[in-house]
Amino acid sequence: MAGNLLELTNETFDEEVGASELPLVVDFWAEWCGPCRMVAPVLEQIATENAGKIRLAKLNVDDAPAVAQRFNIMSIPTLMVFKDGEMKKRIVGAKGKGQLLEDLAEFL
Amino acid sequence: MTETSVTEIRDVIIIGSGPAGLTAAIYTARANLRPLVFEGALSSTGDQPGGQLMLTTEVENYPGFVDGIQGPELMGAMRAQAARFGAEFVTDKIDRVDFSSRPGRVWVGDAEYQGRAVIVATGARAKMLGLDNELRLIGHGVSTCATCDGFFFRGHTIAVVGGGDSALEEANFLTKFAEKVYVVHRRDSLRASKIMQERAFKNEKIEFIWDSVPVELQGDDRLSGATVKNIKTGDLSKLDITGLFVAIGHHPNTNLFVGQLAMDDASYLLTHRGTHLNVEGVFAAGDVQDRTYRQAITAAGSGCMAAIDAERWLEGQPHQSDINETPTDW
Repeated sequence: MAGNLLELTNETFDEEVGASELPLVVDFWAEWCGPCRMVAPVLEQIATENAGKIRLAKLNVDDAPAVAQRFNIMSIPTLMVFKDGEMKKRIVGAKGKGQLLEDLAEFL
Repeated sequence: MTETSVTEIRDVIIIGSGPAGLTAAIYTARANLRPLVFEGALSSTGDQPGGQLMLTTEVENYPGFVDGIQGPELMGAMRAQAARFGAEFVTDKIDRVDFSSRPGRVWVGDAEYQGRAVIVATGARAKMLGLDNELRLIGHGVSTCATCDGFFFRGHTIAVVGGGDSALEEANFLTKFAEKVYVVHRRDSLRASKIMQERAFKNEKIEFIWDSVPVELQGDDRLSGATVKNIKTGDLSKLDITGLFVAIGHHPNTNLFVGQLAMDDASYLLTHRGTHLNVEGVFAAGDVQDRTYRQAITAAGSGCMAAIDAERWLEGQPHQSDINETPTDW
């Protein structure tokens, strides 16, 4: 789980997104966001079960406000899927595992 | 979630995991009734495990917490307390119920579960305005969760719609981030408690727009403004806002039970003799049956009542082992 999880910052965001060979699912979150904390273990479970297909990264909007602003994040949790350095999908709001798997199906 | 379509019959099934559902779980678990709690699926609305308190910050009126407690923390503690006594949880939403015979039957997808007694504690959800664009702009200025999204409105001008405690609590909270917060209310006075009113009136960042309702939202990829109508004069005015938070009341979560459980004209479940419903062995607690008080503490109190009512009702039924040995052909 931990091996598959990447913490992004303002400084490392572009490099990591560009370098990822697998579709990179970025979880925009914060400590004070209840739904974010609920959805985090579900995402980790999905990432673990789909190791080799997707990679999960977390971006704390308190620590990396510049990235959040660049992507016009106005609600968290927001998930963004990056492939070949480009943003391919944006999923807003906490969801259960079944719904998330459906939303991410094209990358799994 | 691993699911199987073969199920045992539980003594108690609890639908919902707010203060009512979790208090019912604590009491029935301590009575050795091994409750199975359907706690709901994750979402960014009040319709999620833990319920509406998951979206609040400081809860100041729940007895026992001198300095207040964060809503999610309170719900996490209630859940852990229920689990400690043996309550089990299914983190999913129920799709269908059949209460026409005993035991009651509920389904999550194809998986069926049966409970000799069922406690309904599905709560209520925040109403939306019902305007064009509203759903499309969720996450792009329109928010269902002030505590999640307030941060992104640092320095912005935003609006809260409503005049109750929830609306004023959100407005006060949002002034931590926003430059200005309009409170748009359809009357010329507030329903909110006096302490919340005083805080809002004293807050220089809050401006009230009385007798008014939003009638249109503007914005393509993000909210850029709203038109509000004064319902006394009919005058229209434009608010340049980038954020909109709606707190105009609640609607009980009873769609699942239409045609099976008796409801009043506003779709709240109708209880009698404490928490009993029109169907034998089915009980209700919390906001789903309460159009008057709707507090965490009253929900918890009625959850306790439902647990005691269910326990007493079960005691009057044929012994559990008799039922378990009956072939399940229903």
